[in-house]
Formats: sequence, structure tokens, C-alpha cells
Amino acid sequence: MSSLKTPAPPAAPAPRQRPSPRHSPARGRLLNRLDLRLTPYVFVLPFFVLFAIFGIYPIFYTFWIAMTDRSPLNSTISFVGLDNFVELLTNDPQFWNAVLNTFGMFVLSTVPQLIIALLLANALNRRIRGQMFFRLAIAMPIITSTAVVALIFSMIYAREFGLVNWLLDLVGLGPIDWRANRFASWFAISTMVDWRWVGYNALIYLAAMQSISKDMYEAAAIDGASRRRQFWSITIPQLRPTIIFTLIISTIGGLQLFTEPLMFTSGSGALSGGSEGQFQTITMYLLDVMNQRFRWGYAGAVALVLFLLIASVSFLNYLLARRISSDK
Amino acid sequence: MSVTSRRRFAAIALASVAVLASATACGDDSSSGSDGGKVNLVVDVFGDQGFGYEELYKQYESEHPNVKIQERGKGLGLGDYNTRLTQQITAGAGAGDVVALEEGTIVQFFAQADKFVNLADHGANDLKGNFLPWKWEGGLTPDGKVLGLGTDVGGMAVCYRSDLFKAAGLPTDREQVGALWPTWDEFIAQGQKFVAADKKHKFVDSATNFYNIVLMQKAGEGTGYTYFDKSNKLTVGENPDVRAAFELTTKMTAAGLSNNLKSFSNEWNAGFKNGSFATIGCPAWMTGVIKGQAGDAATGKWDVAKAPGNGGNWGGSWLAVPKSSKHQKEAAELAKFLTSAKSQTEAFKKVGNLPSSPQALEDPAVLAATNDYFSGAPIGKIFAAGAKELKPVYLGPKNQAVRDAVENALRSVEQGKAADAAWQDAVKNGEAAGK
Repeated sequence: MSSLKTPAPPAAPAPRQRPSPRHSPARGRLLNRLDLRLTPYVFVLPFFVLFAIFGIYPIFYTFWIAMTDRSPLNSTISFVGLDNFVELLTNDPQFWNAVLNTFGMFVLSTVPQLIIALLLANALNRRIRGQMFFRLAIAMPIITSTAVVALIFSMIYAREFGLVNWLLDLVGLGPIDWRANRFASWFAISTMVDWRWVGYNALIYLAAMQSISKDMYEAAAIDGASRRRQFWSITIPQLRPTIIFTLIISTIGGLQLFTEPLMFTSGSGALSGGSEGQFQTITMYLLDVMNQRFRWGYAGAVALVLFLLIASVSFLNYLLARRISSDK
Repeated sequence: MSVTSRRRFAAIALASVAVLASATACGDDSSSGSDGGKVNLVVDVFGDQGFGYEELYKQYESEHPNVKIQERGKGLGLGDYNTRLTQQITAGAGAGDVVALEEGTIVQFFAQADKFVNLADHGANDLKGNFLPWKWEGGLTPDGKVLGLGTDVGGMAVCYRSDLFKAAGLPTDREQVGALWPTWDEFIAQGQKFVAADKKHKFVDSATNFYNIVLMQKAGEGTGYTYFDKSNKLTVGENPDVRAAFELTTKMTAAGLSNNLKSFSNEWNAGFKNGSFATIGCPAWMTGVIKGQAGDAATGKWDVAKAPGNGGNWGGSWLAVPKSSKHQKEAAELAKFLTSAKSQTEAFKKVGNLPSSPQALEDPAVLAATNDYFSGAPIGKIFAAGAKELKPVYLGPKNQAVRDAVENALRSVEQGKAADAAWQDAVKNGEAAGK
């Protein structure tokens, strides 16, 4: 507030030199002062209005609703305290199944995703023929819609007439019912996620790699360091902040995995993620609770626990990434 | 930057905030309203085929020049439709002036009956005789308000591929086919004969469709309810009808008759196109689904026969008027028009939805109706038979959630799980879902 006031005095004399013919000087001064004081706030206002409506209000509403039994089936709303949280944490195997699935798919997709992205970026960072083409090519999947990716992949992984099962058949292996087996479904969904996000992460790594000073590599080369040694001892430590960034972004995305597993099956009951919840993620369970079981209060509790999970896993990642890359 | 231009900037910024604010204030997207004295009515329906009302809207608009009708929801699945409608009704904004409520979901809205117009206030009680008694009662809240007026009922039959039957050495004439299976056990026995003769095709599309049709029949003859009793107590583990239908279905699956296609999934749709199964449990509305999915190439390959057992009902809807409507009176009149015997006959001709009005069921246009797509089967006669004597089956407010849990257990049996373990799952997950 006080810092914003400071520019006012030097600007104030300006209108005095060119008084508006229609306004009295006093009124003009007042308007001018108001203008100078308010304009900055007006400029930033749209963001804060939208943020209040779509950000702050829903967050507080979620806290409130999570402590009620709100449901369209109940005519009254009663306050139940922490009952929803107690039930969720102690007596809800389906929720823990969803947590297991989410983390399983998160690990199965994120680890290869970031490693492949790093290797790709490293390869693209060298002088190769058609450099521009490859750099553009790896970024292509980002512009496709998640729903389309999921739709195509669910056809590729179809039980009957699916491309993957056809290939498996070709090499003499039996077909796999990708939706019936837990690990098979995790694998299939992870490939969807990776196909779409490897390029994005590779691009970020590539940008970060290009900002690493070439002198370091030259010095290392003179000292006789191999390519591999340069990668581990220069590239990786220099990429530390970038790796932390991609890890956190992947964590947030991975723990909110929704479209891919939802679109992996079609037809009735898609939110249950397989006949035994083989690939039901936390977000799918949340929607299941809200839209099928009509337990809006309970769904609020699921959402808050998901929030806590993401926050704590991001923090863990941060600690881990810091350790790994400061290990030089 | 001069002061005047700065001021102009401020004005633009302020104006944009005002526009934003007004845009959010007008978030109410119910497009009903009146322009130039005209009353705009929005009708919300669901399903790939819609409700077959297009011609009726035109007729109504020409008879009521001040009314303009817009329909939403054709092509929308029941699940998505119901999720949206639940939110709109709870929020008190955004729903159409006339909304369709399905058999499995209407009970859910009884809890919100105060958000719907009591159609008795608009003379609906005089129309009681226009509906089958069990259909009329299905639209009443426990305290006797008229929440919805019946549109269609499901009825029950079995649709079958006569070309596949012929190749497998089974009779193809629909009377003889119906006589093949007086009971569901006989149906399974015939299925075993079929799959023994035809290794390439399966006998039924999925365990769940078979299960639903058996459950609705057994519950109609037995307890009169499925997963919830009439006081909304969860009974998934105790109701003998649920258990019987579940066991019959797992027996059918164990006999290797199921094509293991999840209903309404892409694979299921492809199953119709590829003709990979020979029969499907067939309420009247399913004929529209088959025609839509199997396409013109399968014209004359399908036929309709009597279902095992003594008839039954699966599906059917009501039309209701939410209180959020700005033209409740006009909306109620439209709902009355769309559910009249004549309109029901019209919708039957369009999309095959079986009328819920006894007058329409006796209408020669329905009784004599044949369907060329289904080898000229007298669908009106087949589906109408028994529809009149049915007893209503009560479906609880969280019917869909519990049904999903039980259906998932049946699918796990198709994927190789033991039937007993699957039943444990069905009860455990069903109870969690119905909590």
C-alpha cells in the first residue's frame, strides 16, 4: 500500500500544467489522485475476482461440506464433524484401493517418463541431423487432447480386435484382457500418460540443458571425462531445479490421474475403473462417491485427503531430488 | 502516458470487470424465458435415440403459437444426464422446463420433491386412467404428490439373430423360439446347445443385461423391490430375488454363453456390428439400440421372441416439471400433452418406446405394429403382452450405485473370478455404495 503511494507526488503536478477546460482544478486533482491510487488495483482485480470465485470459495466450501452429510437426497444438512474423515481413513477399503492404484500408476508412469525424457533431451542436445524436426516431433503429443489419446489407446488395448493383442498373438503369446488384470491395466494406462508427457518434459529438460555453459563440458573433456561422466557430473547436477520442477508437476498430474483410466473403459459404470476397481484412481472414486452415491460431504473429505497426499508427496519428491543432485 | 489515456485505460479495465461480473451473474444457463410474448420451453431427455418427440413438438407449436420448444440431451447417456440433472435440481437452476426421469433414478428425486411442481395442481389427477396403474403409482411420491407422468415402459422380450439360430440348428420362427425357453434354465440349456454347434459366436451379449432382465422379472413376481426395500433399507445381501438372479447369471456365465461385452461400451457396440452374439435381453427400448448399433446391414437378421418366465419390465421414464421453470403452467401442459395416449403411440412409432397408457397399448397402431428391421415381428403385440398385469418394482434412491457394484461383480465372474467370491464382493461393495 505505502509503496504504491510513492509514485503519486511526482505525477501530481502534471495535470496542473494542462488543466482540463471542463473540470474545476480541484475536481480534476481529486480524480487524478483516485485514478493513480485505484488504477493498479483495477488492473489486477479481474484475476482476484476470478480467483475468489473459482479458487478461494470452493476451497473453503470443500472444508465446510466435508464436515457435513450434505447430499441431494437429504433435505437437511447436518454437521457431522470429522466423521467423514474417520470413515475414510479407517473403514473404506475402496478408497485405499484407489490410493494404491493411483500411486502404482504414478510410479509406473512417472519414473520411465522422466528418465526417457532426460535421455531424449540429452540426445537432442547434441548436433544431429534434422535437429529441428526431432525437437518438434517430440512436442507433438502435447497438442493432442487427452480424451483422444485415451480413446485411441483404449482401442489399441482392446480385448478383441486390439492392436496389442494382435501383435501378442503374432509372436505366439496369448491375448491379454487389459481391463481384467490389475498390472496390465496399470501398464496400459501408464503408456498413455507417457506417450503424451514424455515430449513435454524432454522439451523442458532440453531448454535447461542449453543454458548450461559449454565451458564446463569443454573443461571436462580436456580432463578426459567421458560423455557418460559429463552427463552424470555436469548435466544432472545443473538440471537440479528443472528436475524438481518436473517431478512436482508430474506428481500433481499423476495423483490426479483421471481421463486416461476413465476413458480406458466405456459404457456403464466407467467410474468404477474395472470390475474389481483394478484401475480406479482417487479422482474417479471421488466422482463415484459424489455422482453415484450422492455423498457430497464424503466426497469433500476425499478431495481434502487427496490434497494432503499431493502436498506431502510433492514435498517428499523435493527432498529426494535435492539429495540426489547435490550428491556430487 | 497522458492522464486522459490513463483514465481511458482505467475505464476500460473497470468495464471489463463489469462485463466479467455480469457474465458470472448470468451463469444461469437455463435458456427458458420469453421473448416477444413467446414462451420458450426446454425439454431435457437422454439416450442415443432421444424420446422420439420431434414431430410432437411441431404439432404442439402449431397448436400453441405462443410456445416455442427446444429439446436438449439427445445422444447423452443416462448416467451423464442424471448427474447433470441432480446438480441442476439441487442448485435450483439450469434444468429444463420439462425433464425426463428414468425408472432407476426417479426415486432419488422423491427426496427433492419440493423442487418439483406437484402436477396434481395442474389437473394431473384427472389423467390417472390414462396410465397403467403401476406406472401411475411409480410417478407418485410417498406422500402422494404427482412428481412425474409416465412416458414409456420397458416391457420384456428376447431379441435374437435368426440367421445364427438357423446355422446352429435351432428353430427360427419366433413362436417356436419363444416356446424353446419357458424358463430361464431352459434358456441356458438352449444356449449350451447353441455354443456347442457354433464355436464362433456366443449366446448372449453380457452377463449384466441377462442379469438385469432376470432380476426385474423375479422382483416383479417376488418381493417387489431389488436393492432397497420400500422403506429404503439396503437389502442387497438379503433379497432372495437378487440372489436368485445373481446365481442364475453366474450359471449362465459358467456355461460359457456370455460374450463378455460390457453394456453400452465400444466393444458392446462393435459386438452388434460384428454380430458376435445371438441373443440379448430386450425391453422395447432395446430395439432402438439394436437398430442403431447393428445398422442397416443387419436388417432382417434380428427377430423378437417372448422372454422366458412371465413377462416383466425393465426401464421406462416419466416427465416432470422442476420448480425452477419460469413457465410451470405451460410446462405442465406440455408434459401432459407429451404423455397423452396419442403422443405415446407417436413416440412408439418413432423410436419403439412402449406406451405406458392402456389406451395406447390397445391402439391398433401399436397392436398391429410390426418392425421391418426385426423381420416384421409384431413388436406391439409382443411387448404389450403382459405389460398391463405387471406389478411395480421399487428401485431405491441409490439404485444405480448398488447396481453398478453388483454388475461389476458379475463382470469379474466373466473375467474368471469364482461365483461365491464374486457374490461376497457384490454384497460388500453394494453395501458400501448404498450407504
